[in-house]
Amino acid sequence: MNEQIQEVLALTNRWVKRLSREKFSMLFTLIQPMLFWLIFFGNLFQRATDVQVVQAPNYMSFLAAGVVVMTVLNNGLAGGVDLLFDKENGFLERLMATPIRRSSVILSRFLFVMAITAMQILVILGVAFLFGVSAETGILGIALILVLGMLFGIGLTAISMAMAFSVKSHGDFFSVLGFLSLPMIFLSSALVPLAAMPGWMKTLAFFNPMTWVIDAIRPLILSGWSEALPQVAIALGVLAVFDALCLYGGARAFKRSVG
Amino acid sequence: MSDAVAIEVKGLGKTYDTVTAVKNLSLSVMQGEIFGLLGPNGAGKSTTLRILITTLTPTSGTATIFGHDVVKEADTIRRLIGYVPQERAIDRFLTGREHLLLLADLYHLPKHEALTRIASLLKLVDLEEHADRVAKGYSGGMKRKLDIACGLLPNPKVLFLDEPTLGLDVQSRLNIWQYLRQLREQGMTIVMTTNYLDEADQLCDRIAIIDRGEIRAIGSPRDLKASLGGDGVWLTLGDPSPQLVESLSTALKALPFVRAIRPTPQGLDIRVDAPEKALPAILEATNRVGCRLDGIEYHRPRLDDVFVAHTGRSLKDQPPEPTT
Repeated sequence: MNEQIQEVLALTNRWVKRLSREKFSMLFTLIQPMLFWLIFFGNLFQRATDVQVVQAPNYMSFLAAGVVVMTVLNNGLAGGVDLLFDKENGFLERLMATPIRRSSVILSRFLFVMAITAMQILVILGVAFLFGVSAETGILGIALILVLGMLFGIGLTAISMAMAFSVKSHGDFFSVLGFLSLPMIFLSSALVPLAAMPGWMKTLAFFNPMTWVIDAIRPLILSGWSEALPQVAIALGVLAVFDALCLYGGARAFKRSVG
Repeated sequence: MSDAVAIEVKGLGKTYDTVTAVKNLSLSVMQGEIFGLLGPNGAGKSTTLRILITTLTPTSGTATIFGHDVVKEADTIRRLIGYVPQERAIDRFLTGREHLLLLADLYHLPKHEALTRIASLLKLVDLEEHADRVAKGYSGGMKRKLDIACGLLPNPKVLFLDEPTLGLDVQSRLNIWQYLRQLREQGMTIVMTTNYLDEADQLCDRIAIIDRGEIRAIGSPRDLKASLGGDGVWLTLGDPSPQLVESLSTALKALPFVRAIRPTPQGLDIRVDAPEKALPAILEATNRVGCRLDGIEYHRPRLDDVFVAHTGRSLKDQPPEPTT
């Protein structure tokens, strides 16, 4: 057990070092989501938004939950990229020839992606606060937002890693990534509430797990505990199923790839 | 080299969907020798190596390292071996020292032991000066040195290297050969793949020639070359009359180092075992018979001749393919 902790920490440390040395990448990773979506979108659509439709005092307060989950989505789906490169240049093989538990590489990746995601969520909530949006449910609510984000992120990272281990080339990986990411956002309640969507989009968004996570986080920010708790309970159920499926698929892809 | 067997491979096979990468491969590697897997790209060398380092599972056959099965006891094997992959397997954002520190944790070395070992390895491969620079700026030779240090970090009983000098300049190649010979002196068993004939010839104690997934020949470079019928000596005679050629042949046949004699239009084609002894004896014999020599040509069989003899094509004819 001690040995595995040593392995996971050393591998996680490597991801941190890599990120810290890719200064631009780090900057964009941290700043892009809140800059593009929260600040630009939030302010741009402020007056184009019908307050009756979004059921919020302003568009940015409505959008905050969506941006949080979008960040989780993007980080999660990109979570396997570094492993993909490790696989392609042979670094993964170097690691696999050492007496580590096979799971340590995966665990280090989960740990790293979750830590980065958590930090970003806090930054987004902080920026939203500067624009006058504060969580109605307070610190406890924010903690719950982090938990929901993490749970969604675990499944997404598992998908990403499964893809990294299965694809033939990184071109394929990035094609699928680009294809998945935006539709997932538009076909969810991130930008517009489900009730205001055209019928067919509503149907698709209904089956998008992202919708359920956003609909649980939004009342934690906008309304308060009484409205939030039932939504949170539903989201936890959805995430339990989602994570179970993703982790199962991920484990299979990993086993097939590295034994 | 001792008589103890380090690696025993029996009937090893690896098939991907429809492609057979390795079939029915058997070999043994002795403790303390440098063993080379020689063959063109795609011959099955790397597949064999990957099975031995436990990152690939064979579809048939078995392989053991010091009696431990590479599939069933993979974890034990991983504690016995060091692995030097091809050059690209370096994290360009980490420094040389950080590579070693990472691996030290993956081999579960205690901190103080890791630090002393890392310091001495950096010294061994002469990389102390650059140890704290990120690997992005390393030259090919420096990356290779770092790779070797990484492979040696666990203090392995067997070191596996994948094309250790691919794409390196002459000086770096010689340095790497030097390290590997030093390690052999210390009793380490070394298994490497190569598609360089001179490397196999000069560095390896024994080689297996692999082509299209099968072993074509196995033995020391010297034995393999000797199996072609020995070194060649060509005599051009001043007077190649049948009578003179006949008496010279009779005289030469009596010599212990001569294996075969064949008349040629100009003189004789002689195959010999130990050229350093055979050449003076041949000259002495021609004098004794009273035969005037117009020319003498001596040519050692090259490993490429061995390769051609066993595979029907020359390794040198292989177009340089991008490494995968």
